[in-house]
Amino acid sequence: MAKMGQHVNEAIGGVGQMNIVVIGHVDHGKSTVIGRLLADTGSLPEGRLEAVKTNCAYNSRPFEYAFLLDALKDEQAQGITIDSARCFFRSSKREYIIIDAPGHIEFLKNMISGAARAEAGLLVIDAKEGVRENSRRHGYLLSMLGIKQVAVCVNKMDLVDYSQDIFESIRAEYAEFLGRVDIEPTEFIPVSAREGDNIITNSDRMAWFTGSSVLDVVDGFAKEPSRVDKPLRFAVQAIYKFTAQGDDRRIIAGRIDTGTVNVGDEVVFLPSQKRSRITTIEGFNLPTQTKAVAGQSTGFALDEQVYLTPGELMCRVDEPQAKVGTHLKVNIFWMGRQPMIKHKRYKLKLGSTRIPVWLREVVTVLDASDLTTDSNKQQIDRHDVAECVLETLKPVAFDLSQDIAQTGRFVIIDNYEIAAGGVVLDTVHSATNRTLEGVRQREKNWDRSGITPEMRSERYKQRSTLVLICGPVGAGKQRLAKALEENLFKSGRSVYYLGLANSLLGADMNVDQGGERDEYLRRLGEVSHLFTDAGLILITTISDLDEYELDMVKTLNRPNDCRVINVGASRFTEAKIDLQVGDLSNQAAAIQKIKDMLVQEKYLIEYYL
Amino acid sequence: MDQLDTIEAQSIFILREAYRSFKNLVMLWSVGKDSTVLLWLTRKAFFGHVPIPLMHVDTAFKVPAMIEYRDRFAREWKLNMIVGKNEKSLEAKETFPDGKLTRLECCAALKSEALKHTLSGEWPRWVLDHTTGEYVKQEGGEPFTGVIVGARADEEGSRSKERYFSPRDRHNDWDVGDQPPELWNQFKTDFAPGTHVRIHPLLDWTELNIWEYIERENIPIIDLYFDHGNGKRYRSLGCMPCTSPVDSTAKNVAEVIEELRSGKFSNIAERSGREQDKEDGAGLETLRRDGYM
Ligand SMILES: Nc1nc2c(ncn2[C@@H]2O[C@H](COP(=O)(O)OP(=O)(O)O)[C@@H](O)[C@H]2O)c(=O)[nH]1
Ligand SMILES: [Mg+2]
Repeated sequence: MAKMGQHVNEAIGGVGQMNIVVIGHVDHGKSTVIGRLLADTGSLPEGRLEAVKTNCAYNSRPFEYAFLLDALKDEQAQGITIDSARCFFRSSKREYIIIDAPGHIEFLKNMISGAARAEAGLLVIDAKEGVRENSRRHGYLLSMLGIKQVAVCVNKMDLVDYSQDIFESIRAEYAEFLGRVDIEPTEFIPVSAREGDNIITNSDRMAWFTGSSVLDVVDGFAKEPSRVDKPLRFAVQAIYKFTAQGDDRRIIAGRIDTGTVNVGDEVVFLPSQKRSRITTIEGFNLPTQTKAVAGQSTGFALDEQVYLTPGELMCRVDEPQAKVGTHLKVNIFWMGRQPMIKHKRYKLKLGSTRIPVWLREVVTVLDASDLTTDSNKQQIDRHDVAECVLETLKPVAFDLSQDIAQTGRFVIIDNYEIAAGGVVLDTVHSATNRTLEGVRQREKNWDRSGITPEMRSERYKQRSTLVLICGPVGAGKQRLAKALEENLFKSGRSVYYLGLANSLLGADMNVDQGGERDEYLRRLGEVSHLFTDAGLILITTISDLDEYELDMVKTLNRPNDCRVINVGASRFTEAKIDLQVGDLSNQAAAIQKIKDMLVQEKYLIEYYL
Repeated sequence: MDQLDTIEAQSIFILREAYRSFKNLVMLWSVGKDSTVLLWLTRKAFFGHVPIPLMHVDTAFKVPAMIEYRDRFAREWKLNMIVGKNEKSLEAKETFPDGKLTRLECCAALKSEALKHTLSGEWPRWVLDHTTGEYVKQEGGEPFTGVIVGARADEEGSRSKERYFSPRDRHNDWDVGDQPPELWNQFKTDFAPGTHVRIHPLLDWTELNIWEYIERENIPIIDLYFDHGNGKRYRSLGCMPCTSPVDSTAKNVAEVIEELRSGKFSNIAERSGREQDKEDGAGLETLRRDGYM
């Protein structure tokens, strides 16, 4: 098969390629408009048009310009577009990728995928059928996707005798609708794609029309304003160190969403708030650079080796920074087969962040085909657009989509699939969170007996607590924990070492790999609550715990106590650590230190002995 | 940023996303211009390193110069090179050149089948040992779950509809009617056990872009693409029996670009020299649904 529409007559200039999506209700002529545009501008490879014509004649079916795009067998057999196609095409002004989107409701997710790549949209409406459900839905979705540059083709004018009245009435109706979704079309063009009227030149058959042809309108679309002028946003994709290849650079890699950054700039990583300074801009087969700009996939070396994980957002200290929070008010478009419901764990992907997320509140649900709203719905069904509140497991860094589109949008994963796209409308300040609510609920329902914690304390000669031993992988925490248990047990204490955590919470048990580390931590918190409630001293170890995870475990263990012992490097502030053990070369000394602390804080009650 | 900068940045972003998301990742390297550009972009993405193994499916009917070129750069760039092949069909001479299969059947056996089973680890892999410079046969490899491929959307119809991250089921099948959404550079990086994903970092590149990038970056490209004085050169590389050279006197990268921009090939499809595309109206789509790259 031939490649499509590559028309290359001159050298690539600096103008840049333009991505345009063609959308509208099914059968209104989207594929035909594009086919015609390719054919009439001479963008098709030699013999391509003839080949499609011959093929049609051979299969005794009428020739369709749409067959130039609907390349899949199923598409041609059914005469519909199933999936968005990219077509390359070049006008005298610049290069284009034109995306032909399907109009069928069933293939809406394909339309969305196509449209999300575009900078401008061409909406096609059948003059005879007029504005239909998906004309409106697609219009709304374009607006939601942030594509405000739109032109409308009123197609099949040949079927309505090229009537200006019909054109004007469709224009009036649809312009009103688009106005409601905040789109002001640059032009309404009456066309007949099949006959080629007003596609690349103005047609005599509609002398009453004084506007521009489709080609001229498309050439007139402006490139999106440069993202360089916004504050720096750089989503950290990875931290590379290829030491095995004898390279000891530590490179923070990613793509700059907006703004610029220079060698020497002081930067802050969110949500961790860590600060550092850019020492070099790294690259391969490139001259030394001192500045990197929006759009570039690049990498940086930092002067201070702060601990970072993929998912952080790098901003400049001297510029407005991104917001950080756990509760986001958002507008989402749901494409999942199953509805979105509360109390179910989903995954949020925003920039390079991947994090568990829950639906907390449905504010309103909108039917995008007629803009009617429903404020009583408690779930979000397929093809609904909903304003709702989401809660993430830990704070995330983001912007409001109206401020910076690139860091103000996200997708939601349900069962391995991208089930929704959305934009951030606002931050929500919430005094509560899922863990806290769960604990309140639990304490309310907990039926306690007449045996009080004081009575248990007297019996066991100790106050119960969770002893949480943290630190990096391989610090020797497990060995320490077991030795501590043995020591306390032998001196008559009621103690238990919970060994489950370490293997289940290994370093690769993070959300990034699809693991559910927070689920295990939640279980651990619940289990420790049981043990400590029963009056025991529970010892456990967790590697690479961060501050939010620590808070979660502590909250779940409430109202009982928790003592944090850190071995080696730590990922949280000193205030969170009750005892720091620098080095385990002398394990006996470490155990003594822990025991001293437990005695001093009256967990081990000495005068009973 | 100009056009090449933009598509380069997108490809690098995709490669890094793939490397972040898949443990068992592999890149297909046919030694043709597209996958060689892809390999170069990998070195860009990882600052001179190639942390992803490369797989080459050897049909035994490739031009010998292709194998020499492959091994030269595998050594020079310290690539983790894996070769796969359909040993059984080759031993039994069940091929098109041996007159036993049609072109399409031969492609399916020597390429699709070999690829499928080498990816899954069911068939042996020949791995380059850099200390001896020789290939060593290895059995029982782990399945690769992410496969990076240099397909371009402008090559033919079904490729124009591909996603950057495209899931395949257990049988390598591509469900073109039900592809995952892809929004704002958020790709399908979550996958159920047993499925795997094809990753296409070059979808937005045209044939001309590829050559312009080769020129700009000075990428060492195999010289079968150039005329050596007999007025013939390859525009697309494949197996000898099924790929014919085109008439052209382009002797270097600049001349190839000139020919594509305004010369004799500015309006002729790249794959026009490939015979297997012609047997069935939708030949390549059929092959691709079945796992062909
Ligand atoms: N009479 C007439 N028919 C058209 C015109 N444009 C498209 N069609 C027909 O409308 C049908 C649907 O066109 P197609 O491009 O596949 O629509 P899509 O679903 O929007 O892509 C086809 O049978 C076309 O031939 C036009 O301008 N005039
Ligand atoms: Mg169509």
